[in-house]
Amino acid sequence: MKQINKKMCRSYRCLPLLLTLLGLLLADSTSAYEGKTVRLALQWFPQAQFAGYYMAKEKGIYSEYGLNVEILRGDADSDSLVRVVSGKADFGTAFLSTAIERRSKGAPLINIGQIVQRSALMLVARNNSGIRTIKDLDGARIGTWGNTFQLQPQALFRREQLQVDFVRQAPSFELFMRGGLDATLAMWYNEYYRLIAYGLNPDEMTTFFFSDLDLNQPEDGIYCLESTMKKSPETAAALVQASVKGWEYAFAHPKETVDTLLRIMKMHKVRANKAHQTWMLARMQDIIMVEGRSQLDTRLKIDDFNATSKMLLQNGVTTTDISYHEFYKDLSQ
Amino acid sequence: MMKPQGIAFRLASLTLLVSTIILAIIVGYNYSVSRKIIVALAEDRGTLLAKSTAKKISTAFMTVQKVIDSVAFSLEDDRLTEKRVNELGQRVLINNPEIFGSAIAFEPFSFQHDNQYYAPYHYRLDGGPIVFARLGSDDYQYFYMDWYQLPRELERPIWTEPYFDKGGGYELMTTYTVPFYRNRDGQKVLQGVVTADISISWVQKLISSLSSREAEYVFLLSRYGTFIAHPNANLVMNETVFTAAESLEYPQLREVGRRMVAGETGVVELNDLPMTGDSFLYFSPLPDQHWSVGFVCSKKEMLAEVSRLNREVATLGGLGFVALALLITFLAKRITHPLRELTVSANDMASGNLEARLPEATTKDEVGELTHSFQAMRESIKNYIENLTETTAAKERIESELRIAHDIQMGILPKLFPAFPEHREFDIYASIEPAKEVGGDLYDFFFVDENNFCFLVGDVSGKGVPAAFFMAVTKTLLKVVAESRLEPGEILAKVNDDLAEDNKSCMFVTLFLAIIDIRTGVVRYASAGHNPPLLLPKNKDAEWIPPLNELVAGIMEGTQYTTKSMTMHPGDTLFIYTDGVTEAMDKMNNLYSEDQLMVVTNQCLGKSAEQLVDSVDKSLKKFTGGAEQSDDITMLAMQYLGKGSKQEGDDRWI
Repeated sequence: MKQINKKMCRSYRCLPLLLTLLGLLLADSTSAYEGKTVRLALQWFPQAQFAGYYMAKEKGIYSEYGLNVEILRGDADSDSLVRVVSGKADFGTAFLSTAIERRSKGAPLINIGQIVQRSALMLVARNNSGIRTIKDLDGARIGTWGNTFQLQPQALFRREQLQVDFVRQAPSFELFMRGGLDATLAMWYNEYYRLIAYGLNPDEMTTFFFSDLDLNQPEDGIYCLESTMKKSPETAAALVQASVKGWEYAFAHPKETVDTLLRIMKMHKVRANKAHQTWMLARMQDIIMVEGRSQLDTRLKIDDFNATSKMLLQNGVTTTDISYHEFYKDLSQ
Repeated sequence: MMKPQGIAFRLASLTLLVSTIILAIIVGYNYSVSRKIIVALAEDRGTLLAKSTAKKISTAFMTVQKVIDSVAFSLEDDRLTEKRVNELGQRVLINNPEIFGSAIAFEPFSFQHDNQYYAPYHYRLDGGPIVFARLGSDDYQYFYMDWYQLPRELERPIWTEPYFDKGGGYELMTTYTVPFYRNRDGQKVLQGVVTADISISWVQKLISSLSSREAEYVFLLSRYGTFIAHPNANLVMNETVFTAAESLEYPQLREVGRRMVAGETGVVELNDLPMTGDSFLYFSPLPDQHWSVGFVCSKKEMLAEVSRLNREVATLGGLGFVALALLITFLAKRITHPLRELTVSANDMASGNLEARLPEATTKDEVGELTHSFQAMRESIKNYIENLTETTAAKERIESELRIAHDIQMGILPKLFPAFPEHREFDIYASIEPAKEVGGDLYDFFFVDENNFCFLVGDVSGKGVPAAFFMAVTKTLLKVVAESRLEPGEILAKVNDDLAEDNKSCMFVTLFLAIIDIRTGVVRYASAGHNPPLLLPKNKDAEWIPPLNELVAGIMEGTQYTTKSMTMHPGDTLFIYTDGVTEAMDKMNNLYSEDQLMVVTNQCLGKSAEQLVDSVDKSLKKFTGGAEQSDDITMLAMQYLGKGSKQEGDDRWI
């Protein structure tokens, strides 16, 4: 709405109309600002991975739910859950595995809505590498970036009893592109598209999705502190429900959403690529609205939770069992 | 009067149609040929531009490559101290102004055993003084940076993808980085990499200087298709040619991009590109960097001159067409105008108005000649009609006169039958049928005295008016002379003398003249060259009266004619005729002949004079079958019945 206001100000010719609108808008924004101000920390730069939250804010959905949401963009130096724990944010988005890990280390974080149900993590090999099945990866050099995404691959290779070398590579993925790796981990909505953007055709790549390998891990969810939940469960519920509405809006209006995101990304001086964001939004729909559902289901499935917890335990990331019921509060109703 | 498709219309439309086709062919041919030439020239120019740009950039990069390769070589010396390493880095910058910064980065703990990170870095502070820094910390683990990891893992020098360098004033940079090794127990062991960062702003500037015109531009792609330089700043370092292809929904661009990053050289046609529309793209690689220079040229712009030329040719052609159209229409109208006028006049003439005005024959061409011909024709027709009118009038007058002459001629011949009903001694009947209005045949009969009855038949030579005159003269003379009671021979001699006198025209007449004493039946007769008459004695076959072979009358004065005598018995008939009877012809030019006459008369025994003449006449008509009559036909039958009554005669025969 601020955007509309700014645009209107440029057209002096319709000053009377402007004044009337201004009155209306002021009345409107007053009501919005009357709503509770909450801060939502995202785990990465603005991009279509967070389209639902940005659209909920842009389209006034949060306002409708009585919230004045301030979105805190993430970057390489800031951790969304750290912000929540430190009180710099009221709510934060994070991968399920990250959140369980933090909780096992004592952070009183709870999941109040699981947005991404399906893991976007995948293994990509070039067709000419001769890799056709998982078994062909024995002895392979596999590209990774950071430690966050190694949980499922390690579980996979342990299960398949394969010996592989993980090679940390720069986010440019050049090592893979230049043939320095046999395969690489990739997020379907991000790195996989980068390979396409580098000129590799999808039919030139062999892909393995962890969600198809019985190693699914729900990813982005909304978290807050137990205390926040206790203090104002309505606020938490409103945030989750409005965010769901935001996601639904984004999927229903992909072009508008991508354009809005590109604008926000440019505002934040983040490199913005329309084709990539379009791709990312479409993939987010694939991993959020799983199994062709028309409605967004924010429930954290107990099986998914248990499988993820088990993987974390087996990898030694966590040492204690976390209770599903303490960890997850269903606010979808 | 002029139909929609007159000569003018057909001439004009056909000529214009043909000239339009010719014009279209010329314009089309001109366009396609000049287009081919321009496209070929542009291809040469485009390829050359792409290649020369690629070469220019490559050459500049090559010098940096050589410098860093040699530094890497010297770094393989084991005895290098920290000071020497730092000096080496500094010297690289001093000697090579194009190098922005240079790092010599070592493997963990390989240069200093207590130090995981050892990477001295020299760079130009804001492009000015050379300053020194040490790279590497837990926050800057250079081992996982492309500039370090790629040469390490790939074991060969590499050029990194271009990147924005935050330290270097946010300039677009690329880094050349070479791994160096040392021998450890006979094994080649990686020690680290040496790098040179160079700004590629100059490349961007070079390329934008080549893109001065709106309709063409040069762009540069990195090895993964990232736009390093492009007139659209939004694309630079933000999009790859492949994401651009997707945003534009332009799959062909992706295919071209793949060829470009694969290091191919080529030309492709791309339709409907942003900025340039339908365009040609020429591309050529920078082999060491795996970059690719593309040169885009708007087809429209490229072909603008061709289009302009073509438009001008078409405009000229169009003007020519209009001029031609006007000229042809004018000429056609001028040619056909007198024709149309002539048509009007001719139609007028055809409806009978010979006084209709003919257009002036102003030209000496075919139309002029036609007009002259029409004029001549009209004059001829007029003259002809005048002549015809006169001739017809004259002919009618003559015909009328001839009709009168015929009536007169017929009037001078005794025509009333029975001629002498009071005389029962004889029965006479005659008929005449001229071949023309007037004829040269004559017959007559009259009493010369109380008992002597004269009857005659003649035939004047020739036919028509002269013959008729001669016949009239002859008849009058005969009547006058016969009444002077002369013998038939004397009468003929007298008449001959009169006719022969002053007969300049040398006409003549045959005559048979007989005088019968109706009391006795004695007949005296003479013949001037006439056909022998037939005597039909009662109850006997007909017989010819022997010819006397004497000359025709009117030729020679003084000719003497013999008078013969015979006696007719009651019931005998004398049949006198002209040669029009025996020489009558059928359509096959066969003559009726005397034999046939004899046969017919023999069938007429016991018939009256009139019946005899009628029978012969019918037989003649039947024979000729409607063929044109060639000569006058005259017949006279004199039947002697004897003195007193018929019974007396009958008695005599009993």
